[in-house]
Amino acid sequence: MWGEQTDVCESADWYNSKFIVSMGANLGMTRTPDIHFFSEARHNGSKTVVMSPDFSMVAKHADQWIPAHAGSDGAFWMAVTHVILKEWHVDKQTPYFMDYVKRYTDSPFLVRLDKKGDHFAPGRLMRAKEVNEYKNVTNGDWKFLMADAATGALITPKGTMGYRWDEQQGNWNLKFENGTDNRAYDPELTFLNKHDEVLQVEFLDYGHQHLAKRGVPVRYITTVDGERVPVATIYDITMGQYGVGRGLAGEYPADYNDKNASYTPAWQEIFTGIGRNTAIKFAREWAGTAEATKGRCMVIVGAAINHWFHGNLMYRSAIMAQMLTGCNGRNGGGMNHYVGQEKLAPVDSWGTIMSGKDHGTVPRLQQAPIWHYINSSQWRYDNNQADYNSVPNDANPLARKHSADWVLMSVRNGWMPFFPQYNKSNLDIARDARKEGAQTEADIRDYVVRKLKSKELDYSVADPDDPINFPRNWFIWRGNALMSSAKGHEYMLNHYLGTHHNDIANEVAGEYVTDIKYREKSPSGKMDLVVDINFRMDTSALYSDIVLPTASWYEKADLNSTDMHSFIHPLSEAVPPVWEAKTDWQIFQSIAKKVSEMAKTHFPAPVTDIVNVALSHDSADEITQPRLLDWTKGECEPIPGKTMHKIVVIDRDYTQIHNKFITLGEGVAKQGLGAHGVKYECADVYQEMLEKKNHVQVVDGKEYPSLREDVEACDAVLKLSTLTNGKLNMRGYQMLEKKTGLALTDLAEGLQAVRIDYKDLQTRPHRYNTSAVWSGLMNDGRAYAAYTFQVDRLVPWRTLTGRQHIYMDHDGYIMFGEHLPTYKPSPLPQVYGDIRKTVNDGKARMLNCLTPHGKWHIHSTYGDTLRMLTLSRGMEPCWMSEKDAADLGIKDNDWVEVYNDHGVYCTRACVSSRIPRGVCIVYHSPERTYTVPKSQVRGGRRAGGHNSFTRVHLKPSLMVGGYGQFSFHFNYWGPVGANRDTHVLVRKMEKVEF
Amino acid sequence: MNIRSQISMVFHLDKCIGCHTCSIACKNVWTDRKGAEYMWWNNVETKPGTGYPTKWEDQEIYKGGWDKNGDTVSLRGAGKLRGLKNIFHNPNMPVLEDYYEPWTYKYSDLFTAPEGNDQPTARPVSLVTGEHIDVKAGPNWDDDLGGSPDYARKDVNFKALTPSEQESLFQLEQMTMFYLPRICNHCLNPACVASCPSGAIYKRGEDGIVLINQERCRAWRMCVTACPYKKSYYNWNTGKSEKCILCYPRLESGQAPACMHSCVGRIRYLGVMLYDADRIEQVASAPERDLVDAQLGIYVDPFDENVIKAAKANGIADSTIRAAQLSPVWKFVKQWGIALPLHPEFRTIPNLFYVPPMLPAMASVDADGVYDSHTESLWAGIEKSRLPMQYLASLFTAGDTERMKLVLKKLLAVKISRRNTTVGDLSAKEVADALEGGRTNAKEADAIFRLTSLATFEERFVIPPAHREESIEMLEDTGDVKGNTGFGFKLKPARGL
Ligand code: SF4
Ligand code: SF4
Repeated sequence: MWGEQTDVCESADWYNSKFIVSMGANLGMTRTPDIHFFSEARHNGSKTVVMSPDFSMVAKHADQWIPAHAGSDGAFWMAVTHVILKEWHVDKQTPYFMDYVKRYTDSPFLVRLDKKGDHFAPGRLMRAKEVNEYKNVTNGDWKFLMADAATGALITPKGTMGYRWDEQQGNWNLKFENGTDNRAYDPELTFLNKHDEVLQVEFLDYGHQHLAKRGVPVRYITTVDGERVPVATIYDITMGQYGVGRGLAGEYPADYNDKNASYTPAWQEIFTGIGRNTAIKFAREWAGTAEATKGRCMVIVGAAINHWFHGNLMYRSAIMAQMLTGCNGRNGGGMNHYVGQEKLAPVDSWGTIMSGKDHGTVPRLQQAPIWHYINSSQWRYDNNQADYNSVPNDANPLARKHSADWVLMSVRNGWMPFFPQYNKSNLDIARDARKEGAQTEADIRDYVVRKLKSKELDYSVADPDDPINFPRNWFIWRGNALMSSAKGHEYMLNHYLGTHHNDIANEVAGEYVTDIKYREKSPSGKMDLVVDINFRMDTSALYSDIVLPTASWYEKADLNSTDMHSFIHPLSEAVPPVWEAKTDWQIFQSIAKKVSEMAKTHFPAPVTDIVNVALSHDSADEITQPRLLDWTKGECEPIPGKTMHKIVVIDRDYTQIHNKFITLGEGVAKQGLGAHGVKYECADVYQEMLEKKNHVQVVDGKEYPSLREDVEACDAVLKLSTLTNGKLNMRGYQMLEKKTGLALTDLAEGLQAVRIDYKDLQTRPHRYNTSAVWSGLMNDGRAYAAYTFQVDRLVPWRTLTGRQHIYMDHDGYIMFGEHLPTYKPSPLPQVYGDIRKTVNDGKARMLNCLTPHGKWHIHSTYGDTLRMLTLSRGMEPCWMSEKDAADLGIKDNDWVEVYNDHGVYCTRACVSSRIPRGVCIVYHSPERTYTVPKSQVRGGRRAGGHNSFTRVHLKPSLMVGGYGQFSFHFNYWGPVGANRDTHVLVRKMEKVEF
Repeated sequence: MNIRSQISMVFHLDKCIGCHTCSIACKNVWTDRKGAEYMWWNNVETKPGTGYPTKWEDQEIYKGGWDKNGDTVSLRGAGKLRGLKNIFHNPNMPVLEDYYEPWTYKYSDLFTAPEGNDQPTARPVSLVTGEHIDVKAGPNWDDDLGGSPDYARKDVNFKALTPSEQESLFQLEQMTMFYLPRICNHCLNPACVASCPSGAIYKRGEDGIVLINQERCRAWRMCVTACPYKKSYYNWNTGKSEKCILCYPRLESGQAPACMHSCVGRIRYLGVMLYDADRIEQVASAPERDLVDAQLGIYVDPFDENVIKAAKANGIADSTIRAAQLSPVWKFVKQWGIALPLHPEFRTIPNLFYVPPMLPAMASVDADGVYDSHTESLWAGIEKSRLPMQYLASLFTAGDTERMKLVLKKLLAVKISRRNTTVGDLSAKEVADALEGGRTNAKEADAIFRLTSLATFEERFVIPPAHREESIEMLEDTGDVKGNTGFGFKLKPARGL
């Protein structure tokens, strides 16, 4: 919705909110250092509401607890938004809300309605190039239309993505100005009073599986082709979607008590178990507070929302209530989700150094859930996503494809990256291309495209079970990739490691896939070498071939930042690393050194490499694919960087890896740095670094700033980031001024003298600068809140329309029926594939097993220390309700087995009245290192952990690309490894053996 | 008037997040030793629950604290005389099972296990015997209402409730929990001191910290029984009893105790209270219904000229008097009356006070199982409190529910008044009613809010500076027992008790 991933407020801003909803986040447990802001706000007259199916730790800090059924939060918010629209947008038109949605959301943009039999369906955004007035504009596929309220004329407002990438700069802003002639206009939000016709438009309610037809007011536009098309504003379509009638004909609900009509308060009752009056009152309190405070209502979200298969829809449904009440981009407001994807604050300099781009390297950055889904063969066990994804009946056949086929399409089209790349060594491809006469980079690219077209060369992901395509070496660095984050742990044991595992599921994908190659026999033990860089003996370390012991927090110089506050934390070496441990930086450096030495024998001369790079966000790549077309199907020509991924040809000199590691490359001086579309020069700072003669390295007689020592690397990050260098910060804003045509540099003026280095950070905490690479304004001690830059300064969001998106018109979203915010029920266990082979002999019960973040854990780290285990139950128990336990004859602290087709976890029961029936919780994450007995349901084999009963499912709509904010960005955009919808059987353990 | 100075504390339970950082800080500093593994001088309990050691509040079992005995009090279970008679058999003393058997894991098995079909795993072994154990209890076993049928339902404070009232507390619409961090209360009438046959336990003159002299302790363990809060522990390795020392070495150097310094929820406050030692007996033996008022009456106004004069006469330093005037404890306990002692009916006159938690409002569930938690105004009144007043009163007011209500109404009035100031969307009547109900006004509400939500470290911990002249005096003849804690001094100090 925002073209941004982890931009949220710092926790200090919670205090500024006057209505805080904590949903699927357990602040007491997982935001321990920050939750005091939450309770302090409460004493300051802020209302606090906790939505959580169990009475969680944070619930104790709530004024109101709303235990909606697990996974149903989206339904609650749909009804809340229904009430907000009805009472605050229709019955009365709240001025603050109306002004806000006009300026900051896509509501006034025009959408074409497509005819479908006797009625219509919402289609794609109207493009500027489709109408005579603007048919010649540049980037006309990426400029959109509104109607002017005063004249009714069509406007192509500034700030849309087409303007972002126009050669002529200065029109990428949110002023109410027409992009072609600067004419002022007033966006027409609704055609209710001035329309040509009211058409019946279809809206699908996935809860009831009911297709309702509702009247939507339209105007007709004549396109360049002479076609007369009906268009409606997104605002009017939204009213239709939410069932807010406004006196229009059609199946609008009679009132709030209409259970059958989406999305009334009575309707949500069916899915959430929460009374209608609770939803109505909640909406009134929310909107009332937002009106009185100008948007100081916020939602705090965590993994317990994010990790549902339909997590994206839950997010959107809550964000809708915020957008319609003007809460985003306001201090004390907004959707603040804190889920793993931590904010690397000095991303502008760090991003370049971490990926070696300063030396011109092209890194291979991978999206993890896709990688594991394919490589650990989990896709082979997955049936068709369409069976559990609530896809419209009449959807495009593409929407019925298996997720693995979607991955393949996504990789070929350049939406998502995938490595290994091809079924042939990249170096061999380049060598053979040269042999066949390729000379320039373009020639090599053409060669690759030709070979791909003729199928002589194929993608690894097209046939992942061919040994040539196996990933062979795996370095696990600081994650616990084989346990805490290993959704589908047992599949990894099987297919990566080839060791004992407890999955018994059938491989069923053969029946469903059409494009990816399904081989009858699945490979086991793909990995030749697993190396773990770790400071703990955790499950991943247990299974690794080599463990490289690394320094922990207070044994090294390193930097750490988070989205929870606006400081950069220097770790600092209070004590030297124990025993043989080395810092991560030094470990990688020694590997680089060894590789460079060995390269003298194996790769004495430079070789040519080929790297596929996905179409990326914040570059002109994001306006390359206006339609979903698959070149492999002949729907378009394969053009690298346009209809397919980019193909980058690059020379590698492996003997130089170490030299490059210990130096900061000249690329920094030549190309500058930046992030999120902001760029700045830094040749002078590079020069300053060279003058620090104690901190330079000489390679082949040439001087470079040194990165050899950990502190030098930290200082390089700090010296070159806008966040810690006021001079560079100014340049970031200057660049953005040009791009937007707005005055912005005043934001950086008072900060110009700021120069923060590692020593400064150690001396005392320093708040970093307000920077153009981030969206929160922090001048004069203001708490960081996302999008305050957008709202206060009219800088567009990095989305298609430049506004916050209610409507998502990508072909993929339309085909999956997710173009509008909606509610899709959680997949049913019968079709999700957790319990097909596992038989319930009557002694077990099926429960929805949640694996939220646990107390005293950062994933699995620290929760397994003796202290923390002593303060809990010595292990990670399975929490269950009193009723479910009683029915199974389970008493507190009895041993239980938690199992399904994927595997089994043996633990003790923790029987508690705070857990609702039908749900059990195993907090994330146990370790195999302690107290894991042998499973009886698996014939006496050692059981696993909480990821033994999960398997990755990928939602296809989250892997589209090349389209505005739906474009790849490392660790930003891509499918979530959903695991919240998992069902298990739980039974009492008769016999406990170790 | 016999004015003494006492370091006292307030724990704001509404802010406690149950993170146990306090417990860890304490454990790492003081009890990470053989024989002390099971001790948690600072522990945090989930309420409702039975706590650590299990059911410690039930004096039917443990016979801790004092009984009222006419105009005076006598130890309930472990008088020196009674104790001496039972030296070899003290049925009221908690045993290891009432705490828990400390354990570790046999990690070496991960490295030494022979090659086999399955991954090795480290099993728990007892830290006392070294044998494999089946872990059945821990210092925080009922964390977050863990094992609620076995633990939360057996909370002693439910006594005043009917069985059906008790049952409803565990249903969705009414269920709740909160955290209760506990340390030694450094009581004005410490049962531990009174019970010790060796006279090893004493209350420091300058600040009222209660300490066990490790040289004089003879392992009678009477203090373990006598302390109704179970905050004196026996070290099976050294054969001495130990207890919280309020980090006096830190206090003496101007630092907050480790548990307080590390408190993540920022719930803890520490400061000086001046009290009139002549009234201890009278307060301790007050009728049950007067106990809280009587205790509050013993703390005297540090701004009162007569008090200041009497304090000086007793050798209390000017700097200590100044600290008493700035004390956050004085504000919470006396000025605002919103912090209450835990189980005043134990009659030890504890110096740790608690601001009760607010918790979410009660909901209702209809015949179809639909849950409704909407309230007419933004906040439900305290009649909608999830925890019955009798329960909270059993903890903090010796059963006085009216007093409990008043405190909660005042806390609610603070929220409403601050809402009125910061948003202004409530009716004038609602605001006025709330302030009147909480017997407060907007100015006081503002002050309460500020100390609750915005207080800095220095405002939360007002530590009277140690005096150099006193420390020189104290260093004389001080024995230092390596590996132990709680060392004291052999000579009677010039001032104090
Ligand atoms: S709490 Fe117990 S140990 Fe502490 S002073 Fe009071 S009676 Fe003694
Ligand atoms: S550290 Fe503070 S907030 Fe955490 S449990 Fe202890 S008293 Fe409560």
